[in-house]
Amino acid sequence: MIIWMLFKRWRRKKAEQAQRAEVAPSNTQPPRRSRPSPPTASGVLLRSDAAISVRGLRKSYAGFEAVCGVDFDVERGEIVAFLGPNGAGKTTTVEILEGYRKRSAGELRVLGEDPAEGGAEWRDRIGVVLQESEPEAYLTARQCLRLYAGYYSRPRRVDETLALVGLEGKADSVASTLSGGQRRRLDVALALIGDPQLVFLDEPTTGFDPSARRTAWDVIAGLRDLGKTIFLTTHYMDEAEFLADRIIVLSAGEIVAEGTPATLGGRDRSSARITFTLPRHLGVADMPAPFDAAAVIGVGLVEAKSTRPLADLRALHDWAEAQGVDLPDIEVRRPTLEDVYLELTGATVP
Amino acid sequence: MTAETRVQGRRRQLVLHQARYEAIAFWRNPQSRFFTLLFPIIFLVIFSTVIGGTTTTATGAKIKVSVYYVPGIATLAIIAASFVNLAVSIVAQRQSGVLKRRRATPVSAWVLIAARSSVAIAVALVMVAAVIIIGRVAFGVPVPTPKLPGVILASVLGAFTFCCLAFAASAFIGSTDAAQPILQFVTLPLYFISGVFIPDANNPKWLREIANVFPVRHLAQAELRAFDPRTTAPGIAWTHLAVLAAWGIAGLVVAARRFRWAPQ
Repeated sequence: MIIWMLFKRWRRKKAEQAQRAEVAPSNTQPPRRSRPSPPTASGVLLRSDAAISVRGLRKSYAGFEAVCGVDFDVERGEIVAFLGPNGAGKTTTVEILEGYRKRSAGELRVLGEDPAEGGAEWRDRIGVVLQESEPEAYLTARQCLRLYAGYYSRPRRVDETLALVGLEGKADSVASTLSGGQRRRLDVALALIGDPQLVFLDEPTTGFDPSARRTAWDVIAGLRDLGKTIFLTTHYMDEAEFLADRIIVLSAGEIVAEGTPATLGGRDRSSARITFTLPRHLGVADMPAPFDAAAVIGVGLVEAKSTRPLADLRALHDWAEAQGVDLPDIEVRRPTLEDVYLELTGATVP
Repeated sequence: MTAETRVQGRRRQLVLHQARYEAIAFWRNPQSRFFTLLFPIIFLVIFSTVIGGTTTTATGAKIKVSVYYVPGIATLAIIAASFVNLAVSIVAQRQSGVLKRRRATPVSAWVLIAARSSVAIAVALVMVAAVIIIGRVAFGVPVPTPKLPGVILASVLGAFTFCCLAFAASAFIGSTDAAQPILQFVTLPLYFISGVFIPDANNPKWLREIANVFPVRHLAQAELRAFDPRTTAPGIAWTHLAVLAAWGIAGLVVAARRFRWAPQ
């Protein structure tokens, strides 16, 4: 007992030292880029009613600021995706929210508590899927879940949770023999076994083949019906678009955009793109507006932006008929989330 | 019942719960079974069969080598279970992210450490019993019944000490693949110079002094004290146990400073 107390004192001292060491560089270092904080939430007080509330979050390592002043809220029951390229600070942020890392500056509340002080009762209410973790060695899927069920005060039923992630057929397989997709679903089951209010998913499908990914998506989308709040990180646009109610785009440690999949980056207000191949004997300059300003983006392939696509198409139609040509590969599309995302993060991708 | 005692009761229950699954994982791991369960038995049988009939003066008087090897291999068994196997499994659990994920749950660090250590200590004690029984049945080595307190105390303290050292050692091993070879590399030479494999009575003085710095020889000597026909009950070697305890505390201090839950 005495030895254990001694042990704990050492740990505490060590943690304090580590914290001091981590904080030190941020005081002397300017932020990586000076830019005003995004207008969304800055200056507003922390919200204790939200599932997650973050204000002015910063994390510096020696000579490097990984997260440079981030503000956001996640409502209860909401599914929010943290989208950004590798190295944007997603995992650093999520690990601060999970209580694994200490912040250098800023305020945050996760389920009303500061994760840095979150004890067992707080952990009882959250579920975590780490970016990389293997199953418990030599235990079956069911045994892994039974083991974890013992950690929580009000666990879900093991068989029901296995069914929820579609692993009921693999319940008695040794977990390390499962495929990558199945292991990931077991990770999700382990995060759910305590029946948490809030689930963190750090890059839940990175490295998956398309069918494993689709299965994982269906599992995560199914959590919406359980009323869970979900905070996930991803660098796949389609994943964020499929799963999230709201997307927060992170680039080089800062939030560069925030919105629903439909409105992100002004996607709903931006112009449509009309592309087609122009017959060789015709030039862009011969065409009616706005096609006279179209950009040539391939061999004979032109792209025009249009704010009134229907009216512009009629003008194009009349012009083409007068020229006696058809435009068989004509395509009209809205900017994809990928277009928006690349525009938002393109400048900062290393 | 106060909230405090309820929490403590739940913790004890949780240690048992955790230990049960750690034991299943231990038993299903072929490497654990081989190095921890089979390895010491193989050495006991080989040594006792080949040279068990000769005599040694390891205790200052002539004793049969088969009598010498029971405490020697018991020492090996304790270290295999509570040091080598424990440290290997800690490194594997840490590097695979298992420890990190467990730390995201409400389970306390104390429960995890206590549960895994209990399994290691239990395996060590079972193996000591197995070595004594095999020694008695197959090689006619008498069980020193009146001096069993000495055997039990040395085995329990030895297992505790090597658990602490395992947690400390795990902090210095960065990869799962390297764990087993590194730990064997550390322990094998110590077995040879500490009288575990070869009686060390005829070792040069400087070699014995080196061996005396490390805990392996002290555990071997403490075990041997109980099996030495010339000693009297309860057969407790206090000085050797004190050195072991000092190593245990040193291990604890290093573990407290360097132990990590997340992969390195």
